[in-house]
Formats: sequence, structure tokens, C-alpha cells
Amino acid sequence: MLGIGKRDTTILLVVAFMALAAPIILNPFPANSAMAQFNAGYPDLMQRFVIFGIFAIGFNILFGLTGYLSFGHAAFLGAGSYAAVWMFKLLSFNVIPAVLLSIVVAALFSVLIGFISLRRSGIYFSILTLAFAQMSYNLAYSVLTPLTNGETGLQVYTSDPQYLRGEGDPIVTHLFGLEMRAKETLELGPWAFDFSVGYYFCAILMLISFYISIRIFRSPFGLMLRAVKSNNHRLSYTGLNSRPYALTAFIISGAYAGLAGGLLAAMDPLAGAERMQWTASGEVVLMTILGGAGTLIGPVLGAGFIKYCENIFSKINENVLHSWFAALPDGLETGLVWVASKFVGEGWHLTLGLMFMLVVIFLPGGLVEGGQRIGRALRRRRGQDEPGRSAAKEPAE
Amino acid sequence: MTTRNFTRRGVMKSTAVTAGGLALPTIFTGSSAAAFTNEPTGSTVTLGFNVPQTGAYAEEGLDELRAQQLAVEHLNGEGDGGMLNTFSSKVLDGTGIMGKRVEFVTGDTQTKSDVARATAQSMIQKDGAVMINGGSSSGVAIAVQGLCQEAGVIFMAGLTHSNDTTGKDKKRNGFRHFFNGYMSGAALGPVLEQAYGNERRAYHLTADYTWGWTQEESMIAATEALGWETVETVLTPVGAGDFSSYIAPVMNSGADVLILNHYGGDMVNSLTQAVQFGLRDRQVNGNNFEIIVPLYSELMAAGAGEAIKGVYGSMNWNWQLQDEGTAAFTRSFGEKYGFPPSGSAHTCYVQTLLYADAVTRAGSFNPCAVVEALEGFEFDGMGNGPTLYRAEDHQCFKDVLVMKGAENPTTPFDNLEIVEVTPVEQVMYEPDHPMFAGGDLGECNPGE
Amino acid sequence: MDAIILQILNGLDKGSAYALIALGLTLIFGTLGVVNFAHGALFMIGAFCAVTVQRLMQLSHTEIDESRTDFLGNPLQVEVPYLESWFGPELGQALISWSVPLAILLAIPVMMLVGWIMERGLIQHFYKRPHADQILVTFGLAIVLQEIIRQFYGANPIPTPAPDALRGSVDFGVWLGFGPGVIFYPVWRFVYFLFSLLIIGGVFAFLQFTTFGMVVRAGMADRETVGLLGIDIDKRFTLMFGIAAAVAGLAGVMYTPILSPNYHMGMDFLVLSFVVVVVGGMGSLPGAVLSGFLLGIVQSFASMNEVKAILPGIDQIIIYLVAIIILLTRPRGLLGRRGVMEE
Repeated sequence: MLGIGKRDTTILLVVAFMALAAPIILNPFPANSAMAQFNAGYPDLMQRFVIFGIFAIGFNILFGLTGYLSFGHAAFLGAGSYAAVWMFKLLSFNVIPAVLLSIVVAALFSVLIGFISLRRSGIYFSILTLAFAQMSYNLAYSVLTPLTNGETGLQVYTSDPQYLRGEGDPIVTHLFGLEMRAKETLELGPWAFDFSVGYYFCAILMLISFYISIRIFRSPFGLMLRAVKSNNHRLSYTGLNSRPYALTAFIISGAYAGLAGGLLAAMDPLAGAERMQWTASGEVVLMTILGGAGTLIGPVLGAGFIKYCENIFSKINENVLHSWFAALPDGLETGLVWVASKFVGEGWHLTLGLMFMLVVIFLPGGLVEGGQRIGRALRRRRGQDEPGRSAAKEPAE
Repeated sequence: MTTRNFTRRGVMKSTAVTAGGLALPTIFTGSSAAAFTNEPTGSTVTLGFNVPQTGAYAEEGLDELRAQQLAVEHLNGEGDGGMLNTFSSKVLDGTGIMGKRVEFVTGDTQTKSDVARATAQSMIQKDGAVMINGGSSSGVAIAVQGLCQEAGVIFMAGLTHSNDTTGKDKKRNGFRHFFNGYMSGAALGPVLEQAYGNERRAYHLTADYTWGWTQEESMIAATEALGWETVETVLTPVGAGDFSSYIAPVMNSGADVLILNHYGGDMVNSLTQAVQFGLRDRQVNGNNFEIIVPLYSELMAAGAGEAIKGVYGSMNWNWQLQDEGTAAFTRSFGEKYGFPPSGSAHTCYVQTLLYADAVTRAGSFNPCAVVEALEGFEFDGMGNGPTLYRAEDHQCFKDVLVMKGAENPTTPFDNLEIVEVTPVEQVMYEPDHPMFAGGDLGECNPGE
Repeated sequence: MDAIILQILNGLDKGSAYALIALGLTLIFGTLGVVNFAHGALFMIGAFCAVTVQRLMQLSHTEIDESRTDFLGNPLQVEVPYLESWFGPELGQALISWSVPLAILLAIPVMMLVGWIMERGLIQHFYKRPHADQILVTFGLAIVLQEIIRQFYGANPIPTPAPDALRGSVDFGVWLGFGPGVIFYPVWRFVYFLFSLLIIGGVFAFLQFTTFGMVVRAGMADRETVGLLGIDIDKRFTLMFGIAAAVAGLAGVMYTPILSPNYHMGMDFLVLSFVVVVVGGMGSLPGAVLSGFLLGIVQSFASMNEVKAILPGIDQIIIYLVAIIILLTRPRGLLGRRGVMEE
């Protein structure tokens, strides 16, 4: 189907199902229960899941396939965001021109940085990309303030021209009049599910991005990129210049980052300079490795995992903990709350750091490998009637 | 001490609302049912406390959180009531807000505009917060203020000192209790004149971002009005760590005053290093070389240690003030946590109470009603004497403190001493003052 | 002229810190081939060794001063350090003020131990894993370490002044023939510079003149052959990791009077230290030192007003700009070797 193999079609369908049903899947707990703290099915976070998913999918096309580890991809995310907000300021709140321009700007920016950085490989390449991104960040934060509004972040003011804005157009981001923030809430008994326009807009773009990424992975071009990764030298001995291939991958992944940046701005029209900081570049590296570099679905899982930690764990404060353990005897309650509070709320970084370590120590292939191991274990328990399948070591996809 | 009065009316109202809330159909209620964003329909109301809990301002944020928790206790009638006993408005009776028990959710802004907006969004979308309070930097405050305006909830700003928050970035749904760069300059001016005279040459080191620039602009205006000369203004990168290459040129520049428009870790490092370079031991133009830090906070003062001795700066509020409200707040905070509250803790505490009070006076959680109740509101008993929330720009006007690093502190908590309480008239300015021009409050937005 | 000399001094001082951090990082790269994102955290732990010693020396008992009250109106509890009550306030204070240099004594064993535990407990399982995995695991470790420090010491910077005797600044210009009062420079910054030269010299001498160092150098060049000669190179590499950790830690200890330590200072130095190492050239110890001092001096000059007047904001990006220029003109940094970390 769609020109991709059966296995890939299955993966795509699974991802599509997960993405479209996310508002329900991510809200498994009744809205008023104590466990509702763990619900992630509200528009803003779901949007972040898929947007950073796009970012990571794009990053994986470069890193997963060619092995070039860029530490500067946040620059493209930021450039995309700034481009999109400028579109809102100059044209109108319609998201289409904003998203298109953000892709174009980020792609152009990545042509420039990629062309220079790809003259080196290995860690020298990483440091070059890092240097470019940090320069962009530092300038955006200070000297380029007229263009970026510095620390505060670029935002849309009522005094902005918005030349294409029609009379009755909404004053929030919209798709031809359909407001991004519009949502429908479905209440089923104690459960509440939010279906937001913005989320589905992002989710559909994520699915398209994911589909394109599958096509790239399976194409001759993708094969060439893998050859760059496995042995660049041998490739050059065959008389092939690998750099154009690597550059193309770099630009594609830059454009993905730009799309992600544009979508962030489309969901929430503010572009902060810290989107370009090395921590943001590092985050997408971590997402990809954590999920499973070089696999199709890994980066999306990694993105979801990190954003979940950031948004859910950081909000669990001692009050919430007390309410969880309230049934226990006093001394035990205080003790448990004390221990747990080190890992959530202000201590959520500790959980994140430990998770990084545990995953990489015990699951060298990232979260994807974890899933595979569980799958294999289940299959093994089901019996020995499928010896052929469990014996073949499946590629991590 | 006054006793709190549990009015019959309040109790009846609360039961009526609870009953109403329960009666709502729970299947297929569209979001359009509410009159405004997150209208509280149950027996509780949720406030969102959005503060930095990781990163450079984490301690500041955690202190804000403590104060907000305390405010919630006092609103719910627990503890000793703190400033509720001294507040000039008496509508709050310890039964929550309009009979609804106050609950709160917290989030970590990481002092990044992006993240702060994400956590604020989650409070609004997921937890149903009607008000967002707190924060520890102007960039974050302005970003979250914009979000709250769009979403239709009230924003109370926490620690934000940039002129822009209630200047060119002011919003109808947002209020600021904290003072600003202009007020720092206006308050410091006369004290500096008295201490250092009219013929000084000032050298500015300024953090290279919006707050730094407005702070520098305000200080230049205030000092040049005294007749001081501005020798040089140098922008320094945020988080530079080692400021030696910016401090060294000060020595032979002919300046005899160094003004550090830095905050947080930058201020700690630049001040410590400037003192290390022996600047304060120098004689220039026949004067002792002096250093000024326009914006002080207790935590930063603690971080700079002995370097702050004798250094002037300004503050929004300090626990050493002698008024009744300050004493009440310091007592209940100190008894609960074992140390006195910081200035930003005070701001967040007061803002929580003021929000509750405004809702009660307005008789509604509707942000537009709250805005109306807060605009032009005058009160007393919350520290800093008589206070006004000006309607034109939502800036709070009250006395400003000029501080000096204490020479011989006896405890870790009195390393700053109050030099002067500058009366509010002296820091007042017109809403269209050039440093604040260009903004527009817009219309209040109730959301949904 | 005086301005230029001052900026050279500043540059050497910044450079000492950069060089020390980069030196430790390169020791680990060069010997073990591991990308250690936790190296900044080691620097930070070193700094907190100084804080710990300061706290230990300030251990105190409370005395109640009835004549004064605290902020709640109770009688004031005055904390009196034991050292002050044993030796009198003057001598006690003087002793306490030496806590930063004394912290070196604590930092060496602590950092060696931390390095040993890190290498044996974690890093050794990652020698054969891809660099990406090494980055993830050491980055995770860095976060965990800094959060642990935060649990104990909070997030606020902690003042750690230099000893009273070394606190002020000296009139350095007089020695160079300038008039009095033209070039003042803090004593402690001179101390830091000399200290870093000492450490750098020590590490080089150790590698150059001891049998141990010879084996390690051989191992850096060709690990397998050294192994075939029947030498247990692993054990020596573990020790090298400990030494690298100690170098980072000592750099941190002595830096505390210049930069009040806070729990995220390691992360602040992380990016910079990698830039320094790569500019110097992967696997080259002299390269790391050279690049550290070079970038320090360049950065100092870029922050001069005269330069900033022509190129606003140049001081914010100069390090990265220099890094890009050097990497484009010299493919493997200043003194890098072919084939190290180029894959």
C-alpha cells in the first residue's frame, strides 16, 4: 500500500491509529481521580508530542541513516519558529503560509550550515554544527533582538500590519478560519477527552512526515545514506562522492526541524530564543538515541517519553504526593513522600537522568529494543509453534 | 489581631454553588457551556503556581512556591491567617474563595519562555486553573502574560522587574505587584546623591537582554538627573561566568562608580569579581570607588557573601519592614519554614490574596470582573503601606526600599539593611512615560 | 597598552580553567576513546569539595544571645564555629578562610575515587558501544550527579572566598614599569594561573618520564599491541580516568573564589570544554592546553569595548567563530591526529 512494504504499512497504520486516537489513549484515567495526574491527553502536550516527534523523525534521517551526529539542529527549529511568527506578524494568522515559509527558511539555513559543516566528519562535524547553533542562539538572544525580540520571544502584537488579514478573521492562529485552539470535549461518565483542531493538524502533518521518512529509509537514496554510515571510506574508493548525499539528508532533516518549529509557532505564536540553545539540540539527540536511533518509530517514542517527563513529572508536588499516600500511617506516609519528592516536582531532572542511564545500559537499542524484547517474550510464552519467526533476529524497525 | 468572621452568607453561597455544580449533566457537555475559561463549577477552585524549580533561579522559585502554599492555607482558614488579619479589605473570611476551597497545581518554568508557556498551558487546559501566579524573570512573565491574555485567565506576574511587563507588553488580564526598573532608579537617585554627591562618573555593565537594557536606561536617567556623567555602558553576555575581561577596563576608564545591571548568578559573579579586582579599595577623582547593584534579592545577596557589604541597591519588599502586615506575614512564614520570606515570596503571597479578594469583591471568577475589581484598587496592610493597582497599566504603586549590604550581619538573614523607604509619590510616573510607551492593555478576555 | 596587558592576564586566567578541563577530557578521550559528557560534572564536584571543606571548617555550636532577637522575636541563636571557640575569633576566622586551598587535600582522593567508581562501574561497559550511547549514558550521569549535589547544597550559588591573605589585588603594573595603580590584578587569579601550570606540567611530566606514563602513551597510540605485549593496559587506563577526574576536580576547587559554585556550573562548562578539546585536536594533550589558552585570550580581547564598538555582540560568539575557522582551515584542529573520532 502507498508504495511501501507490508511491514512498513503495518507500522504506519499503527502509528496513524495511535496518533489519531491519542486524545483517548493518553487519557486513561477519569478526570477527577488521583491518577489523572498522569493523563497526558490535553491539547498542548499532545501537540508537543507530535511536533517533537516530527523533529526527531527528521533528525533520525540524518543521524540514524548517515551517522552524522549534529549538535545544532535546534538552530533550524528556532529559525522555523521565527519565520512562522514573522508570517503571522506580516500576513495573517493563517498557518499555511507560516508553516510553508518555516520549512523553506530552515531548509535554506541548513544548506548554509550543512555545506560548511559536512566538510568535516565525526566529532569535528558535531562541534561545527554546535558552534553554528550556539552562535545563532547567542545572537538571537541579544544583538538580533529587533528581529527576534530577544529574551522575551517574538510575538504578535495588535499593532502588527498583518496585510492579508480579512475583516472577520480570527485573531488567533487558524486554518482558513478554523481556529487552532478550537476543541471539542467528549465527556463519558468520569472521563473527559479533548479533541483539538490544532492537535489533529499537527498529527496529520506528523503522519505525512513519517510516511516520507519511511519512503526515504526504503529508497535507493536511503541505502546510499546507510552506506555513508557503514563505511564512508570504501564508498569514496568506489569513486562516489558521498557528500552530496549527506548534504541532502542534512537539508531534509533541517526542513523537518523547520516544520516542527513552524508548528510550535502555529500552535502558540511565540518563538523564544532558547529554542536554539544547545540544550534543545541535545534534547533531540537524546530523544533519538533514547527511542532507538536508526529505527523508524524510535525517535517518536523518545520524543514522547522526554516531553512526558518534562510536563507530567515536573508537576507532581508534595501536596499531590501526600494525597496519594494519605491512606498510609503517618510516619510511613512522610517517609514515602520524602523519598518520592526527590524524583518528581523540582527533582524531575533526577528521574530523567536515571532513565537515560537505565535505558542505555539495559536496552542498547533504545526503547524500541525494549518493545521488541517484550514482544519476543510474549511470543515465546505463546508456545513454540512459530519457531521460524522468533529465531530470525528482526531488524530494529 | 482580628478574628475572622465566618459569615452565614458565605457558607450558604458555597453550598448553593456546590449543589449547582453537581447538578450539571456530565455526559457530552461541550466546552461552550462555561461562560469563561475554566469557570469553577465544583466545590473547589484551582490556582496555578508557575515558578522555576530547576535551573539558576530554582531557589527563588521554591521560595515563591512556599509563600503561595502559605497563602492557600490562609485562604482556606488554616494557619494563623497571616496578612488576612492586616489587609484593609475584609471580604476574605477563611472559607476559600467565595466558599470554594482553594486548591493549587505547580509547574516548573525552567526560566524559559517556551517551557513556562507549556506548563501554564497544561495548568489551564488540564487542571482547569483560573489564575496563573509566579515566575522569576521578565521574559517569562511577558510570555506567560501573553498566553493568559489569549486563554482568558488572570495572570499575576511574580518577580519581573523589566519596564516592559507593564509597559510595551502590558496586557489587560495581567497584573504586576513587583516594582520595576524605573522605580529602582527613581528610588536610588536621592540616596545616591546624598551618599556620593553630584559629581560622579558612572560605568555600566549590563546584562545583554531586555531586562538589562531597561534597567540600564532607568539608571542612566536617574543618575544623569543628579548630574552624574555616564562614562561607558558595556553589554555582557548572560551567564558569562567570568566577568574579568569586562571589569578590568573599568579601572583606568576614569569612572568612580560601577553600576552592575545584572541579576541572579551574573550579579553574584560580577559583584564578587569586581570586589576581587580591588575596585572598592581604589580612589578615583578623589572619591572612593563605589559599586551599585540596582536590583537586590535576598538569595543573590547570600550568594555574593561578603562582597555586598556597603553596596547600595533597591528592593520591592523586605521582611525587616516594621509595619503590621509585614510582621504578620514574616511570622507565619517564619514559623512554618524556619527562615524569613524573600521579596519574591512576598510578591507571590500578596498576589494570591489580592486575587482572592478581587474575586470575592467582584462576586465572580470571570476574569473581566476580576480585572475590573483590581483596576484602580487601593489597599493597605500588605507591607509597603498604602498601595494602588493602577488601572491604566496594571502596575502596582507602593513604597520602594533602598537597601545596603550590612557591614556586620549577625544572622544569614540580615545581610541587607533598609536604608530608606522611598515614598510612593517619588517613584510614580505617568502611564505614557517614554520608557513605558508603545503598549496597549487591550480588552479583557474571559476566554471560551 | 595597560588595557592589553590586562586582557592578556584575563585571557591566561580564563585559559587556565579551559586548559585544565580540556586536559582531563582529552586524557579520557585519548586513552579510553570515551566521549565523557559527565566531565563538566566532575569539575562541579571538585568545586563542591571546596564547599564541603568550608562547611566542615565552619561546623559550629549555637550560643544564645539574650540581648538580641531573631526575625521571629525569639532570643538570637548565634552560630559560633568550633574553630573560633578553640583558637579565638581572629585565628579561627583566618583558618576558616583557608578552606579553599585546604580542599585540595580532600579533592584529590575524592575525585580519584569518583573517577575509579565511574570507570569501573559504568564507563568500562561502554568502550565497545557507539559514541552516541556513551553520550547518552554520561549525560544521564551528569544530570544525576548535579541533582544529587543540589539535594545537599541547594540551587543558589555559594560564596567561597579566597584566603584573606590572597584576597586582594596587587599592583602588577609597577613590576612591568608602569606607574602605580595602573594595572591591578587579583592575587587569586595569579595563584590560579600558576596552579594550572603546575598541574599541566605535572601531568605531562608524569606521562613523559614515568614507565607508567610511557605505557599509557603507547596504549593511546595502539592499544591492541600493548595488550599483546602482556601488559594489563586496562588497569592503567582506570587509573588514568581517576587522574583525569582529579585534574577536573582540582580545576573546580581552585576556581571557586572566582566563580561562586552552583549545581549547574558543570553543564555551563560542558559545551565550552568540548569546543576547546576539538579545536585543540582530538587526542592531543598539548593541543588541548594550547587551545584552552588561545580561546581564553581571544575571548578576553573580543570583550574589549573597542572591539565591541566595531562588531557588537562579538564577545558572545567569538569562541564558536574561532572554532569554525580553525576547523575549516585545519581539518583535525590545531594538533589533532588522523583518524581519532573522525568516524
